[in-house]
Amino acid sequence: MSVPLTLLGLLEREPSHGYDLKRDYDAFFGRGKPLPFGQVYSTLSRLARDGKVVISDVAPGSGPDRKRYIITDLGATEVEQWLTQPVDPEPHLQTVLFAKVVLALMLDRPAAEYLDTQRRAHLHRMRELTEIKRAGSLVDALLADHGLYHLEADLRWIEMTGARLDALRKEVRS
Amino acid sequence: MSVVIEARDVTFAFGQTPALRGASVAVDAGEILAIMGPSGSGKSTLLHCLAGILVPDSGEILFDGIRVHAMAETQRSSLRRDRFGFVFQFGQLVPELTAVENVALPLLLSGVRRSQALPKARAWFARLGLDGLEHRRSGELSGGQAQRVALARGLVAEPQVLFADEPTGALDSLTGEQVMDLLVGTAREQGTTVILVTHEPRIAAYADREVMVRDGRVNAPDRIAS
Ligand SMILES: Nc1ncnc2c1ncn2[C@@H]1O[C@H](COP(=O)(O)OP(=O)(O)O)[C@@H](O)[C@H]1O
Ligand SMILES: [Mg+2]
Repeated sequence: MSVPLTLLGLLEREPSHGYDLKRDYDAFFGRGKPLPFGQVYSTLSRLARDGKVVISDVAPGSGPDRKRYIITDLGATEVEQWLTQPVDPEPHLQTVLFAKVVLALMLDRPAAEYLDTQRRAHLHRMRELTEIKRAGSLVDALLADHGLYHLEADLRWIEMTGARLDALRKEVRS
Repeated sequence: MSVVIEARDVTFAFGQTPALRGASVAVDAGEILAIMGPSGSGKSTLLHCLAGILVPDSGEILFDGIRVHAMAETQRSSLRRDRFGFVFQFGQLVPELTAVENVALPLLLSGVRRSQALPKARAWFARLGLDGLEHRRSGELSGGQAQRVALARGLVAEPQVLFADEPTGALDSLTGEQVMDLLVGTAREQGTTVILVTHEPRIAAYADREVMVRDGRVNAPDRIAS
């Protein structure tokens, strides 16, 4: 999750104070990990330095909470580009689990058991996400679904690999 | 937690084709168990043995202390009618009957009067978001609606155990999850034990626990010492 781009995106709705941005960030993107105020203000001042936001009506008194931030054309263009670019499709599981399976077969260890253990861990996590989905808001449900579909894809790979272990063993041990 | 239904070392063959080769599984009262596994592994056969629809070639089925495998067909059929509920993948609603009559069917079959059965059936329509569909026939319902009607029918007689074989198999993801949400929600409210056959992990994730069936045997990872 890119904090600067997300804050910029929130600013595209309307000019806002730092505490409004923090509140909305925490509500929609924080997922139980609130953004520290310090990070909100350091990010905003970097965005201001780079010309992506400007600061307006400093209210009487002092302190960072008095400032309102307004997105610039440069900032808006950056948000637009970010939103339209696809995210790198990461084959994250492959690197670790694939390496484990191949090594297990090379070393004559129980690869099928490793896969079973992984399947159990995946299903356990899927149950947790399903519970979050049943109990939570629509935002929670959408995020949980994203995780669930990824885990499901991993599980399919685990099934296919499990079914091909004998052939794979021959190939990696020859 | 106490075991309410159990298969012990069950074997079953369709002619020369072995479907179960020593399957064992125990389900606690109020538990929602998912039976997973590849197609043809024996999931449905295991469910049918547990529900007293098929009789094992060897091994035992115990329900609430009753030796189901040793019962005569007439006894098993009243057991199924009085204590069990069923939801299958499709083709389960009687097309000639209205939705509310379909839901009332298990009550009517166990001798409840029509004047009592129909109001009881009707109460399920609001509960499952089916208001206004009481008098439709199955041909006039969407897949998701028909499956919710089938779920109401499975639960109307307040069964101790609900058997569900791929209950969302014919539905799209969103509709399937809505049906699962209702199934799990009502089962938890009523304390119904659920045995859910599915090959889909996202559906199995609604259960409390899963077991895997492979080649006619149950591999219950959480009950095997590692
Ligand atoms: N009515 C039947 N007649 C003959 N063979 C059957 C019948 N039903 C299932 N089988 C066979 O029994 C095995 C297990 O089937 P089933 O329990 O339906 O598997 P699953 O539900 O896991 O897909 C398969 O080999 C299947 O072909
Ligand atoms: Mg089946």
